[in-house]
Amino acid sequence: MAVPVDNYLRNQFMPHMWCPGCGHGIVLGAVLRAIGRLDLPKDEVCIVSGIGCASRAPGYLDFNTVHTTHGRALAFATGIKLARPDLHVIVLTGDGDASAIGGNHLIHAARRNMGITTVMFNNSIYGMTNGQYSPMTPKGRYASTAPYGNVERNFDMCELVKAAGGNYVARATTAHARQLSNYVEHAIQTQGFAFVEAVTQCPTYFGRRNKMGTPVDMIEWFRKNSVNAAAAAKLGPEELDGKIVVGEFYRGDAPEYTQVYEEVIKRAKEAAAR
Amino acid sequence: MRKEIRLSGYGGQGLILAGIILAEAAMRDGYEVVQSQSYGPEARGGASRAEVIISDEPIDYPKVTSPDVLLLMSDQACKRFAGSACEGGTVIVDSGLVTSVPETPGIVHEFPITDMAVEATGRSISANVVALGVLNTVAGLVSPESLKKAVSARVPRGTGEINLAALGAGIAASEAAGVG
Amino acid sequence: MPGRKGRDLRLLQGNECCAEAAILAGCTFFAGYPITPSTEIAEILSEKLPQVGGHFIQMEDEIASIAAVIGASLTGAKSMTATSGPGFSLKQENIGFASFTEIPCVIVNVQRTGPSTGLPTAPAQADLMQARWGTHGDHPIVALYPSTVPEVFDLTVKAFNISERLRVPVILLMDEVVGHMREKVEIPHVSDIEIINRPRPDVPPEKYLPYAAGPDGVPPMAPFGTGYRWHVTGLYHDETGFPTTAAPNADRQMKRLYAKIESAAEEITFTSEESLDDAEIVVVACGITARSARRGVRLARERGIKAGMLQLKTIWPFPYGIIGDIAGRVEKIIVAEMNMGQLIGEVERAACGKCEVVGYSRVDGEPIAPAEIVAKIEEV
Repeated sequence: MAVPVDNYLRNQFMPHMWCPGCGHGIVLGAVLRAIGRLDLPKDEVCIVSGIGCASRAPGYLDFNTVHTTHGRALAFATGIKLARPDLHVIVLTGDGDASAIGGNHLIHAARRNMGITTVMFNNSIYGMTNGQYSPMTPKGRYASTAPYGNVERNFDMCELVKAAGGNYVARATTAHARQLSNYVEHAIQTQGFAFVEAVTQCPTYFGRRNKMGTPVDMIEWFRKNSVNAAAAAKLGPEELDGKIVVGEFYRGDAPEYTQVYEEVIKRAKEAAAR
Repeated sequence: MRKEIRLSGYGGQGLILAGIILAEAAMRDGYEVVQSQSYGPEARGGASRAEVIISDEPIDYPKVTSPDVLLLMSDQACKRFAGSACEGGTVIVDSGLVTSVPETPGIVHEFPITDMAVEATGRSISANVVALGVLNTVAGLVSPESLKKAVSARVPRGTGEINLAALGAGIAASEAAGVG
Repeated sequence: MPGRKGRDLRLLQGNECCAEAAILAGCTFFAGYPITPSTEIAEILSEKLPQVGGHFIQMEDEIASIAAVIGASLTGAKSMTATSGPGFSLKQENIGFASFTEIPCVIVNVQRTGPSTGLPTAPAQADLMQARWGTHGDHPIVALYPSTVPEVFDLTVKAFNISERLRVPVILLMDEVVGHMREKVEIPHVSDIEIINRPRPDVPPEKYLPYAAGPDGVPPMAPFGTGYRWHVTGLYHDETGFPTTAAPNADRQMKRLYAKIESAAEEITFTSEESLDDAEIVVVACGITARSARRGVRLARERGIKAGMLQLKTIWPFPYGIIGDIAGRVEKIIVAEMNMGQLIGEVERAACGKCEVVGYSRVDGEPIAPAEIVAKIEEV
C-alpha cells in the first residue's frame, strides 16, 4: 500500500541537508511509510535522535521531536517513554551515535526492554565530521582516520541487541526499501525494545574513499552482497565474509519495562496504604 | 544548654541508630537537635561514630568538638576519642570490649554493655540500646518516656519488645550502680 | 510526630529531607546512578515516587540519568536527579542541553572532596564553579545552597519552583555534612507549600511558537503528547524551535537566556545574615561553613569585636549587589570556604576594591570550625 509521506514532513525545511545520493532519505521514507500504514496519530509519536547526519532527521518530521546530545538519544527516550508510556517513542540514530558513544545506552535500553523503536542508520562512517571510521566500518575499509585501512573489527549490532535482551531485531539495506519499511512497522508494533539496522550509503565519504562509484552503484552493491537470514543460515563464515545478512533475526515476548513498572506503582501504592 | 554526645565503636554495633534514637527522643522533649555520623568505607567492622547535639536554642555549628557524654565501645574508639571528652564529662565504657580503660578528662563509668545485651535479650546486636539506657540514666539527657517512644519508633519492625528490654536493662544496671 | 499548626515534626537526614521535599514540590520523576554521598536520595525516591504514581529509574550511568530526567521533563513531569562530584562532572554536557533548550530540571550535587575520586565521604565546597561553568559555552543556571536540614526542605521546593518558573536547570548544592546529618524539620502541610508550575501556552497548537518569550523572557512550554508538536534541539534555534545559524538570532537567543535570569535575580536570591548592621568585619560563607561563621561571629562579638556574617543561599546568580553594598560600609570581608578559593573571586568582583577581602580556606575534608573563624576575625 502506498502511503504519502508528505503529511509527516515539515516541508518548509526541504530541501534537507543530506548530500545528493545519501541513503538517509530512503531510510526515513521507510520509517514514515511504516508510521503511515500504522496510522499513528502525529501527537502520539515522539522522535528522538542524537548527533550526526541521521540525527538531523527529527527536525524534518512533524511529530514531537528532540535532537539531543551525541549518543544519548536512547537515554532521553527512556525518560520520555517512562514518563509517558502511551507515546510511540522512536529513536533515529546513526552508527557512530548508537554503536560508539551511545553503545552502553543501547545495551541497557535493550536489557530493560524499554518500549522504544530504534532505527540505526548505518552508513559505516562518521559523515557529519567528514568521514572518520566508526565501530561499523568493516575491517580493511578506508576512512579519513584510517588512511591505511581500518584495522578494527566491526560490530554486529543485531547480535548485540538480541543478546542484550531486545524483543525485535532486524536488518535491511536501502536496496530493500519496502522490506525495511515492513521491519520498522513490525518494530513499532513490538511491545518492548525493537531494533532495526538500516544499512545505507554515504557516497560522499564512505563511497568515495572506498571507490564504490555512484550512489546507484552503492545500492546495487548492497543488493548483490545481501544474503537473507534463511540463506545465510546454510552458509559458512567464509562464504558470509563481506556479505550483509538481512532479515528479521529475532522476535521475543519478554515483558516491556513501562508495563512492568506499572506493577511497581501498584505494589508501592498498596504498601503506602498499609 | 548545649550537650554534645559522641557514640564511638565499630561498624555493625548500631551506633548510628542509637544516635538517631537519642536525637529523636530529644526532639520529642522539645529540644533542638543535630545527629551526624562518620564511618569508613567498610560496611561492617570499620571504625564508626555517631554524634548528637542537644540544645535548647538553635544549633549553629553542628559538629561535636568536646563531648559532654562519650560512649566508647572498642579499643580503637578509646584510643581515638577518650581524650576528646570534656573535663568532668560522662564517659561510658563497654568493659567487656575494651581491654584497658584509657586516660580521659571525663569521669569513667564501666559497664559490660554488650554482655548485658546478650543477657537481657540473647542478642549482642541490642548493645546499642543497652548503651542508650546506661548513658541517658547516667547523664540525664532526655526523659525516659521519650527515649522509650523513640526506641519503639526507630528500631526495626518486630524488634520493639527486645529493644525495650535492652533499654530497661541499661537503665536498671546504671540505677543499681548508683550513678543514675 | 505532630508539630505546631498541623505541621509534621520529623527528624530527617538532609538527603532524606531533599527527597521528601521533592515529592511535596511535585516531583514525579527521578533518574539517577548510585554515588556517595547522595545515594539516599535515590533510595528514598525509589520507594516514594511510585507510591504517588511517579517514576524512578536507576540508569546505566550519570549521563543517562540527566538525559532521562530531561526527557521526562519534556512530557511535563517535574524531574530530578541527584549525584556527587564525579557524577556532576559527567552530567555537565546535558545540563548545558537543558539550559539551552530551557527544559526544567533539578540536579542535586551532594559535594564531596575532589578532584577525581577524592575523599568520597568527606565534605568539600569545591564545586561552586563547576555548578556555574561546568558545561561548555555561556549558559544560564541557578544554584541554591542550604546549610541546615530545614533549609534543604525550603530550597528543594524553591529549586523546583524556580526551575519551572524560569525554565532553567537548578542545581541544589549540598555539603556532605548536611546531606548526612539529621535535624528537626517541620514539614508544612502540602496545601501550605507554594508550588509553581512551568508556563503553558495559551494559544492553539497552530499558533504555538515554542521559544517565543513574553516580557519575562520565559517561553511557555507545552508538554509532549498534548497536541503541540514542537522541535527541541541543542543547536541555536529561533522562536520556532528550529535550528538556524543566523548571527543576529544567536546573539538575541543568548542575551534572552541571560536576561530571563537577571530579571528574576531579586526573587531568586536568598541570603541570611547575622549582626550585619554595625559590623566592621563580615564573614561571607555558604552551606555548612555558614553555620561555623554564625557561631564564630557570635563568639567574636562576645570578645567585643564588631563582626557580622552573610550566608549565601543562592550562589548563582551571584548576589553581587548585596555584597557590593556591604563592602561599601565595612572594613573587611572574610570569605570562608572549603576549597582553595572559589567564592572569594566573586566576592572580590562584587566588593570592587571598596573594602579588603581576605580568604580562609580549609581543604582537608573537615569542616571549618567556629574557633578558626574567630581566629581569622581576630587576625585581620
